[in-house]
Amino acid sequence: MMQFMLLFSRQGKLRLQKWYVAHQDKMKKKITRELVTLVLARKPKMCSFLEWKDLKVVYKRYASLYFCCAIEPEDNELLTLEIIHRYVELLDKYFGSVCELDIIFNFEKAYFMLDELLLGGEVQETSKKNVLKAIAAQDLLQEECDEPKGFLEELGLTTGS
Amino acid sequence: MNMLSSIMPTPKRLRDLIREIRSARTQADERAVVQKECAQIRDSFRDTDNTYRCRNVAKLLYIHMLGYPAHFGQLECLKLIASPKFTDKRIGYLGAMLLLDERQDIHLLVTNSLKNDLGHQTQYIASLALCTLGSICSAEMSRDLAGEVEKMIKSSNAYIKKKAILCAYRIIKKVPDLMEMYIPSTRALLNEKNHGVLLTAVCLITEMCEKSPDTLTHFRKTVPQLVRILKNLIMAGYSPEHDVSGVSDPFLQVKILRLLRILGKNDAEASETMNDILAQVATNTDTSKNVGHSILYEIVLTIMGIKSESGLRVLAVNILGRFLLNNDKNIRYVALNTLLRVVNADYNAVQRHRTTIVDCLKDTDISIRRRAMELSFALVNTNNIRGMMKELLSFLENSDPEFKSDCCSKIVSATEKHSPNKRWHVDTVMKVMKIAGNYVHNDIVSIVIQLIASANQLHSYTVRQLYFLMKEDNSQQPLCQVASWCVGEYGEQLLLPPSEEDDLGMVTEEDVVKVLRKGLENNNSSVVTKEYCITALMKLSTRFSATRDMILDITSRYSSSTQAELQQRAVEYTTIFRKYDQMRSALLEQMPLMEVNRTKEAYDGDDDSTSLLDTKTNVEHNNIENIKPPASTQTESQNILDLLGDVGSSPVLPTQVPVQPMKSEPADLLSLLDDVATISSNPVTPNNVQPQGGGDNLLNDMFGSPVSNNNMMNGNSNVSAPIVAFNKNGLLIEFRCERDNDSGAQSIINVKASNTSPKPMSEFVFQAAVPKSFQLQLQSPSGNVLPPLNGGTVTQVIKINNPQKQPIRVRLKLSYSQDGNTVTEIGEVSSFPVELWQ
Repeated sequence: MMQFMLLFSRQGKLRLQKWYVAHQDKMKKKITRELVTLVLARKPKMCSFLEWKDLKVVYKRYASLYFCCAIEPEDNELLTLEIIHRYVELLDKYFGSVCELDIIFNFEKAYFMLDELLLGGEVQETSKKNVLKAIAAQDLLQEECDEPKGFLEELGLTTGS
Repeated sequence: MNMLSSIMPTPKRLRDLIREIRSARTQADERAVVQKECAQIRDSFRDTDNTYRCRNVAKLLYIHMLGYPAHFGQLECLKLIASPKFTDKRIGYLGAMLLLDERQDIHLLVTNSLKNDLGHQTQYIASLALCTLGSICSAEMSRDLAGEVEKMIKSSNAYIKKKAILCAYRIIKKVPDLMEMYIPSTRALLNEKNHGVLLTAVCLITEMCEKSPDTLTHFRKTVPQLVRILKNLIMAGYSPEHDVSGVSDPFLQVKILRLLRILGKNDAEASETMNDILAQVATNTDTSKNVGHSILYEIVLTIMGIKSESGLRVLAVNILGRFLLNNDKNIRYVALNTLLRVVNADYNAVQRHRTTIVDCLKDTDISIRRRAMELSFALVNTNNIRGMMKELLSFLENSDPEFKSDCCSKIVSATEKHSPNKRWHVDTVMKVMKIAGNYVHNDIVSIVIQLIASANQLHSYTVRQLYFLMKEDNSQQPLCQVASWCVGEYGEQLLLPPSEEDDLGMVTEEDVVKVLRKGLENNNSSVVTKEYCITALMKLSTRFSATRDMILDITSRYSSSTQAELQQRAVEYTTIFRKYDQMRSALLEQMPLMEVNRTKEAYDGDDDSTSLLDTKTNVEHNNIENIKPPASTQTESQNILDLLGDVGSSPVLPTQVPVQPMKSEPADLLSLLDDVATISSNPVTPNNVQPQGGGDNLLNDMFGSPVSNNNMMNGNSNVSAPIVAFNKNGLLIEFRCERDNDSGAQSIINVKASNTSPKPMSEFVFQAAVPKSFQLQLQSPSGNVLPPLNGGTVTQVIKINNPQKQPIRVRLKLSYSQDGNTVTEIGEVSSFPVELWQ
């Protein structure tokens, strides 16, 4: 089971964090800091795996963004790379050639996408099509329910942009 | 969403906030922006108006990701979840997953919301609830919602079904008792066609099988079904939906393979059923990409994990052999790692890939080099040791500093087991000391000395080699220590004319004394090295004739050394010269061969500390084998050593030695020889718990007490609250931990034992062991009797050296007598404060 996934930039800024095990906030920060430092210190020639505490850390860099997962000793690290890749592909399809800025400004969307791919630290859907379909349907649902809100806002307030 | 108001202050949009934060130039600017925004968000949370709650929570989530506190948004998330609007719910659940910890009061509220939404007719709302449950379910929540989840597993909607299955998986992980409830509905899941449902079902079954052996037996019946699913996957034609670079649903394949491994373990029939399909997958998987390798990797583990045919096992090891030649470093890493796991089971098959493995010692990737080193050592045997050692020595020479110490220890223990002859063994060990010198672990020194002493025929050869090595370079401390020891013992052989093959030249008495003096005077020499040097000089005073006065001069000069130990030795030696000269030669006779018992389990290195607890004297728990002196036999050698220690305090004793055995502490032998620097206290054996008089424990007391006192007096500010390490039958052990300010890697634990029961506890012995990555020193306890009713305490100091800064874990073994019964207890403590190692 995946214990957590972190996305961070080359400068070490956290872009997304998903925890599948309960930790105190303080602990989460500490783990994040530690792993970001560890991963950023690694040279490009090195392999994508780290042994860290009693977990395996799998990371991969896509452009300016690092995707970093902690998995349990029995998990398959090569397959974890595929899970990361699948996630990137999904984001790419959704945003249309995704870049770090997309994820910064639409971090909630990135979370929604991850939640359709993984649940409780395990893969729930192996079809890209199904994931994107579920996201599209939910986005639509959101738009539908947002419309009356915009309407109300217009009634009460002057609108801009 | 994109509304801005000019009348009322509308909260900033998320996008604008992100932009503003990003444009902040300094950390302080950023903080200012965030604080201002947080204040506004708080204000608007106070208002009952909820128009902008969703936007505010979203902003708060962004702020939270930057590392700022956002817990005040927890309740707002719950309000959003309770909202009928999908947007609100979506953000609310997201916030709940990110912000909620396991706090009871809030959790109860979440549980209610979840319960409502799980039954919602809109599948996406039910799905949000499932996702949140899978992410933050506590034990309470699991119990409350297990029934709902079970109903949802039976849903005909695959989208809900798969999510419910994973929730069940998480619930079982949290509360294994709830497993029963899910077993009936689980088996049918394998008949589904939807990959999401299949995948999650396999995941759930795996968890159940790992948790309970009964369930494992129950699900063994599904092996043919799983085999069929796997077969369909690899036989069915291209399906674009589940294809990953030419491999059909690798996620599902890997999960099934893992489940098969669990089901086939120790079960011949199940293993038989899956043999064919495993061979098929192993041969048919396309390995041009990483994804193919991920499947082969899993299949190798499965083949090795079940009762598979020998042909299949060879196939598996060969797959790993091919991995080693792959260009992708990840695949090479995985291969080495896996080979390391299977090397004991399929030794010969792995041996065949030795050359490739040794080549990986030169890999550019440090993690790969480390694995290759470990695996190489696992493959060393009597037949290949010469070749392997050549490679490993050159690896040692060029390797990263962090490997050297480990590598040295491993070379030493490998040569010990497999050396073809003594000469080669001695040569190799000397090479190690020359190459890696200061990285050599302290224990190695005594091992090498023992080795050299036992090689009778080689004394003159060895002493010459070492003498010249030390003469050339006296910066390598362990080398100097061994060299000094040898020169001290066998110095007279240096003076013999060299043999033909030896072109090192003649040596005179004066040369030798000068070399030792240099070692003694060198500012870079450690105190231990200096002690070795001065003892060697002393020994030479009886082996050499012309340099007696020179030696006396040197030793007396150190009588005023500021190093207590050095001074003590110098004073003792000078006293021997001045007052007991007639006994000098008898005192300084050659050391008899030491008897060494090595604990075998230390070699085999089950990385567990359990086995180590059982051996009584193992207090110094290092990576290297522990040396146990013979437990009860008292040989002359020990007496001689004790004598050396005693001279200063009780000069009467020498008359009796070395002929007559006397009562002594056998355990001192080695600590005197080499461990002075590590200041290890006596191993705690019941008979030395209370040192008696100025006798045998002299050395240990000398070194034990000042150090512990120092630690008390240094005013360590890092002392944390006491931890209750053990509390049973009136015996209470408390740990008060602190971190050594001077060396960050060392933690000091002050142990306090007390007895609340109405009867006294006598012969109280406290022992501790730590995992291999730590080193432990246990100092002498303050006593061995615990008076009843808290009438007194026994204290003891443990020092833990933790170079890798890992969480500290200590196992305890306690024994005492009460009412004539001997009680032994075992415990484990891992609840140390993190400040102790971070």
